[in-house]
Amino acid sequence: MCGSCGCGSGAVITLLADRPVPAWLGGHAQPMPDHPHRHVPGHGHHSHGTVRAPDEFLDQDEPHAHHDHDHPRVLQSADSDRTIEIQQKVLAKNDDLAEQNRGWLRERAILAINLMSSPGSGKTTLLERTSRELAGRMAISVIEGDQETALDARRIQAAGSRVVQINTGVGCHLDAEMVARGLRGLDPPSGSIVVIENVGNLVCPALFDLGEEAKVVLASVTEGADKPLKYPHMFRQADLVLLNKTDLLPYVDFNIKQYMADLRMAAPDALLLQISATTGDGIEGWYDWLRRRVPAPHD
Amino acid sequence: MAEPGTKASDAVHELAITEGLVDAVTQRLPGARVTCVRLEIGALSGVVADSVRFCFDLVTEGTDLEGAALEITEPAAVCHCRVCGQEFEPDGPIALCPCGSAEVTVLAGQDLKITSVQVA
Repeated sequence: MCGSCGCGSGAVITLLADRPVPAWLGGHAQPMPDHPHRHVPGHGHHSHGTVRAPDEFLDQDEPHAHHDHDHPRVLQSADSDRTIEIQQKVLAKNDDLAEQNRGWLRERAILAINLMSSPGSGKTTLLERTSRELAGRMAISVIEGDQETALDARRIQAAGSRVVQINTGVGCHLDAEMVARGLRGLDPPSGSIVVIENVGNLVCPALFDLGEEAKVVLASVTEGADKPLKYPHMFRQADLVLLNKTDLLPYVDFNIKQYMADLRMAAPDALLLQISATTGDGIEGWYDWLRRRVPAPHD
Repeated sequence: MAEPGTKASDAVHELAITEGLVDAVTQRLPGARVTCVRLEIGALSGVVADSVRFCFDLVTEGTDLEGAALEITEPAAVCHCRVCGQEFEPDGPIALCPCGSAEVTVLAGQDLKITSVQVA
């Protein structure tokens, strides 16, 4: 099993692009030749220590993630057993890699957004519209995370954005290592936006830092108004909550006042914007939010 | 295997987290025969201790941690209310101050960390 996403055979990354797929991305729908998530039969345990970013990644900018730590300290001896103090975050490796992604993005003046939601709340529709309407104004590329298929990536590509598809297999979220490879595949220009469309899931993605600048949770009125209280870990981390499908409010039982009150409890610091990715209502607020955060490109 | 309905796939991020735990220990202490791992799962960490316990035996099979005990402590969360200024322990995953305010900052309880291990 994979050490970062719990998947059986590891993520498959496919670049949908106007140029040849780099060898380290593994081409179309093939695992990387040196795929770090490959499971060794009989080994029974996947060591994240074997994860390697592409060589150019290592050579150019960032050393491979290494968790800085003191040497373990032996606390006591009891019989033949020794207790060794460790004090290390379980997700330290992912967090280290996420920090490297963050540094890489900042050096290049690229804004990365981690877009999370339940399946079917409209992430891809939102990104299609955003790609079309911001074309010529802001450069957007997308890292598309799904368990299977490149259906969403093709939709984004058709809307005009560069996109890399990450298929996580049975994995339920993207992690920082997958995003590092996705970023190298996209090679986004300075001063642009990368939207990381996470796997549709309101639980697991909340735990994995990807190196993004901001977390956006997309909710929709058709999901029901109880999501902030049911999934507080996800909503608590949101910088922005987009409430989508507001064009359907007349047809669904959704108490927006209650939703706003509940969201305030779960995520007191999050901004709420109401939008319809289908009709475009309120969408300019989303574009303004993005525009305020995009750094000036480097020369 | 566990009770029907309790599968690794019901605890997907706990599975990933337990794998991360095993990786972290085997990297820090390569080759050591680990007999006990002590883990701290904060009340607001978003991780279910029982799911980690369930995954632990599966994930440690064939590793230096196989057969090791898993001891989990679950420290309460501590929050600071930005309205009334008091510190409090939230009752459940929604951090609400007893004064009714939701304007709170989480001070502790989000950690998910290995505190120590015992080796033979």
